[in-house]
Amino acid sequence: MIDEIIGLYNYWVVIFLMMTGFYVVIASTNLVKKIIGLNIFQTSVFILYITMGKVADGTAPILEEGITSYSNPLPHVLILTAIVVGVATTAVGLALVVRIKEAYDTIEEDEIHDQDDSL
Amino acid sequence: MNHTLLRTMTQLLIAPIMVFALYVQFHGDFGPGGGFQAGVIFAAAVILYGIVFGIRAAKKAIPDGILRAMAAFGVLLYGGVGVATMLLGGRYLEYGVLAHDPVHGQHYGIILVELGVGIAVASVMILIFYAFASRGEPDDR
Amino acid sequence: MMLTIIDLTLLFFLVVIAIAVVRIKDLFAATMLLGIYSLLSASIFVTLDAVDVAFTEASVGAGISTILALSTLSLTARIEKGHPGPTWIPILVCAVTGLTLIYATFDMPWFGDPDAPIHQHVAPHYLEASAEEIDIPNVVTSVLASYRGFDTFGETVVVFTALVAVLLLLGGRKGEDNESNQNKDEGGAS
Repeated sequence: MIDEIIGLYNYWVVIFLMMTGFYVVIASTNLVKKIIGLNIFQTSVFILYITMGKVADGTAPILEEGITSYSNPLPHVLILTAIVVGVATTAVGLALVVRIKEAYDTIEEDEIHDQDDSL
Repeated sequence: MNHTLLRTMTQLLIAPIMVFALYVQFHGDFGPGGGFQAGVIFAAAVILYGIVFGIRAAKKAIPDGILRAMAAFGVLLYGGVGVATMLLGGRYLEYGVLAHDPVHGQHYGIILVELGVGIAVASVMILIFYAFASRGEPDDR
Repeated sequence: MMLTIIDLTLLFFLVVIAIAVVRIKDLFAATMLLGIYSLLSASIFVTLDAVDVAFTEASVGAGISTILALSTLSLTARIEKGHPGPTWIPILVCAVTGLTLIYATFDMPWFGDPDAPIHQHVAPHYLEASAEEIDIPNVVTSVLASYRGFDTFGETVVVFTALVAVLLLLGGRKGEDNESNQNKDEGGAS
């Protein structure tokens, strides 16, 4: 049991953070808050990937003489590009929020539904 | 904003930030860094200027139109390296054919591709900031 | 051992900040907390040997994201209205999903295990051959730009496409397409 805790606690914390972000996305009615929740979720996924790439006693994957054990560079590459793409897509989401504010004069989801008589 | 301290410090900081961005861009082969980070750091310098001196001054320094062209140019540079390797007889993005020695070809390819990424990311980030900041000042068009 | 303690401390702070973001109503404070969250996760990436990722997260997550969220807040509203107290159905959904995921982690390779499947496939080739094939010390750069050049090209195009989308949404003049919105927009502009 102790071994499992030491071997897996990183994943559990990541899952907790993921679910916190997920909760903000589905429970909050404010659109900016939802995007903040998505960002929390996104960052926790990044931590999950980087955790999987870590090798015990390894070092950063920059080749140097005398070092034999490196961490896995592949997740680093995937996440590096994902971070930049993530901020670009967040910008699109925020731009949509700005347009919604201009069209409905509110960024609360329930007030938008009231105006549209939807839901 | 009219804080003398902020204005002076910003003037002092912008040039070193831009030089650091270039260092990150071209030192990415040897240490942490590369096109993505360099582009964002360069954009941060311009965004800092825009925040302190106003979006109008920033647009005067680096106009919209040039940035739009640069964003497209960055992506084209990346794609163009791929087309160049095809014209030289290799496959798409096979950098080895860019020079007589395949390893040197890899070096040229990586530097060009990272440069394309850096230019594209920097222009995109600055333009997105311009778009958000100009929305608050409808007369500034 | 020292690294584990640092790791645990940083993860603890991340959890505290995530809970604070859920509870806080002031969106300005939530945005600043998100910036701190990004910076802390960058520190975690350093302890996990991902220096390039940490660099990117610190400049992008803590820098540009915060600026964009703040510009959005200046155009919209600063305080979240929301409803008081927690809502139980989302909590239930999150708890069930989280427990399922935790159950799944028992099949995951343990943290730092050098025999994990992820370290057996192409990664050893990248680490061993990149010194001869590409001859630059930073393996992340050689994988990013050369071995996985197609992926990176795709990501660059995605960033460019996002720019096009933002310019389509925010680039035009306010209320140009809708006369009735004109007055409301001018009232709302700062």
